Amino acid sequence: MQKQSIRTYLNNKLLAYLTAAAFLLCAMLIGISIGTVSIHPSTIIRVISAEIFPFISLGNTDAMHANIIMNIRLPRVLLAGLVGASLAIAGAAFQGLLRNPLADPYTIGVSSGASLGAVLTLFFGLSIPFAGMFTLPLFSILFSFLTIFAVLLFARNIERSMKVETIILTGIIFSSFLGALISLMIALTGEELRQIIGWLLGSVSMRGWAYINIILPFFVVGAILLLVNSKELNAMSFGEEKARHIGVDVQKRKMMVLIAGSILTGAAVAVSGTIGFVGLVIPHLTRMLWGPDHRHLLPLSILVGAGFLIIADLVSRTIIAPAELPIGVITALIGAPAFGIILMKRKNKL
Amino acid sequence: MLRVQQITGGYAGAPVVKNISFEVKKGELFGILGPNGSGKTTILKMLSGILPHTSGDIVIKGKNLSEYTPKELAKIIAVLPQHSSQAFSYTVKETVSLGRYAHQKGWFQSWSGKDEEAVNRVMEQTGISGFQDNDIQQLSGGERQRVFLAQALAQEPEILLLDEPTNHLDLSYQKELLDLLSVWSKDCGLTVISIFHDLNLAGLYCDRLLLLENGEVNINHVPNEVLKEGRIREVYRTKIEKLPHPRVAAPQMVLVPERSQAESQLEKRIHPSSLEVKEDLLVLRSPFPLKTMSSGVTGSGTGWNRIFLNRHVSKNYDCSDHRAEMAEFVREIGFEPGETVGMMTAVYIEDYSSKFYEEDTFSVFVVVTAGVGNAVDASKSEEHSYHLTPGTINTWIFVNGHLTEEAFIQSIMTATEAKTRALYDQEVIDTVTGTIATGTSTDSILIAAAQQGENLEYAGTITPLGKVIGKGVYECTVEAIKKSQSRINR
Repeated sequence: MQKQSIRTYLNNKLLAYLTAAAFLLCAMLIGISIGTVSIHPSTIIRVISAEIFPFISLGNTDAMHANIIMNIRLPRVLLAGLVGASLAIAGAAFQGLLRNPLADPYTIGVSSGASLGAVLTLFFGLSIPFAGMFTLPLFSILFSFLTIFAVLLFARNIERSMKVETIILTGIIFSSFLGALISLMIALTGEELRQIIGWLLGSVSMRGWAYINIILPFFVVGAILLLVNSKELNAMSFGEEKARHIGVDVQKRKMMVLIAGSILTGAAVAVSGTIGFVGLVIPHLTRMLWGPDHRHLLPLSILVGAGFLIIADLVSRTIIAPAELPIGVITALIGAPAFGIILMKRKNKL
Repeated sequence: MLRVQQITGGYAGAPVVKNISFEVKKGELFGILGPNGSGKTTILKMLSGILPHTSGDIVIKGKNLSEYTPKELAKIIAVLPQHSSQAFSYTVKETVSLGRYAHQKGWFQSWSGKDEEAVNRVMEQTGISGFQDNDIQQLSGGERQRVFLAQALAQEPEILLLDEPTNHLDLSYQKELLDLLSVWSKDCGLTVISIFHDLNLAGLYCDRLLLLENGEVNINHVPNEVLKEGRIREVYRTKIEKLPHPRVAAPQMVLVPERSQAESQLEKRIHPSSLEVKEDLLVLRSPFPLKTMSSGVTGSGTGWNRIFLNRHVSKNYDCSDHRAEMAEFVREIGFEPGETVGMMTAVYIEDYSSKFYEEDTFSVFVVVTAGVGNAVDASKSEEHSYHLTPGTINTWIFVNGHLTEEAFIQSIMTATEAKTRALYDQEVIDTVTGTIATGTSTDSILIAAAQQGENLEYAGTITPLGKVIGKGVYECTVEAIKKSQSRINR
């Protein structure tokens, strides 16, 4: 009975959004504040306000602080937030679609495809004319698209109705194969090795505003595509036949969700490398706190995922300062045990 | 409402369903039956648009199934599948609300007052309002099934498809669910098409049944025509017998288990030596249950019984609750009332008469106790006032043979006629009317058959069995009357 009342209390959706938003805001402030140079939160608020509203005077704020905030910390925090939000909402959508709390962008092979695209670019030193430094991200996104279509084509050839089990199996086949290709290229690489490995482990450091410009449009498109499908995701999490019975155009909606998910994952992997467990743990945690209704699960996952990755990035750059850990190491260190605990709790419940 | 024309199809490879046509009218409760693999679920999936059919047409409300969009179809057809999976812990109300998907319009698909009203109504109808905020994963199988039924009803469909809806439900919920469906189809015009595993439930509730065999229609008719012994035996390839339902005009099919070789070879016979005569009690213990038709105090009607009692009670025995008292007595002397035919008599037990008749293929054992104190002429019995006193002519007939129901009834007729003749010859007078009596006011009869060996279809007076029963009952009744009368005269 007590559990019941807790659930009802948390079901107050407004409170859920306020909590999640407060978490994200705190994460951002702390993320910008802490570093080799500590900046007081009030300074951060003043600098950012002055940037947005020109009529607000910077006053006597240190120009160096303003510079650090606007050119180093803020873009880094925003990028971490966008990557975390992208991975979390994509994970939530894939879990709903595949009816499997263990599913995430990685299980269906999208991120492996994106990684391969990036590694290929680095390996061959590819460059798209006029794209310059955006060659790498563009290739990542392109390859994540190619992978998801290859996976879908392959799955459809095995079975016309494309059951979720078939898609997951196909994803695993593709992940293993693409992972092997990546390993092969790393083995063949000489001096580029460190750069590729560093990239594979994931990082949001030293990316700057340019990378935010890359990921933002993809994030907006992908997130909107998923948000308009949240009711359909609710239906599909009861099984595709059930969804069809209720009146969902399953083939069309499934395709929309898969495409949106691959856009989000592809763009995230492109700007930050492979960061695991965000797409797995955040939706799960959000669902446990505020229920499985995708109409709220998706936006809440965006907020929580963004905040989580900002904190993870903060830890990765401060824990062994002045050196930096790849952010993927931190998310795995936090995410894997947390996921293990969730799994055990689930097992006990059943 | 729904017309299926010559549809063929199924999964990749061989078609599961071949050339099936049928029609379902509005408000009908239509059952689909058939052994495993006969194509029941395949048809249901085709009707709900999940599986494509390779040829033929499915026409719903005058429009071809393929012309409906999923949303349009969901407003007409709702489905309650055999299994519903739920990966996440939605609440009951969230789950039911999903049923409103097809009714919501626009990009934002906002939740209207009509939606809320429909959801609350179906939760009320299915009795799940009480736990609408609970997590569906914590519900029992039966409760969950009702949640998904509510979800289907929230679609406000005109046709409801169900795949073995009673599968996970215990008896009372099975009845409750089918009663509900029956009411909705009759009162609200809901068309129900349901797959059934249980032939008896299907027969009880459906207006019409479609029996499938190997993907083809065997018959499409009313339950009484579909549920015929021969047909069901052939289609399901199993031993089955048909009985009338005790309360409703519907057939009931019962399974007949195969007996083990050793058991069926064992000869089971009732022998006169089984009869024990005690001071106040006549007991016949059968080593195996006999099929009985009787008017005893316990074990009356038809049934299977092993113990047969004829108990002496005083003439002043209080008959106000004789059944309960008799059951208590049976228990006291160490028998089970559930397998005992018990009778009462005011006659002294030692005045009984019994005879064993051995024929070529069957044998009959007759036991009679007879007193004529309450003798009545049945043709003038209206002159008697009604009061119960312990029975005075109790007739037992044991047959080593296999009797049909018809033979049981004819046995009773033949025995009665023989008894009446015995009373006539003994000139037993009805003291109220002064005419010759035909029996006494509280006579009881028992026909018990081993149901093994010779098949005895009839027991009319000139059939082989009838002849033995007539002679046996006459002889025993005469002897018993003489014995008891000589005791009185002594």
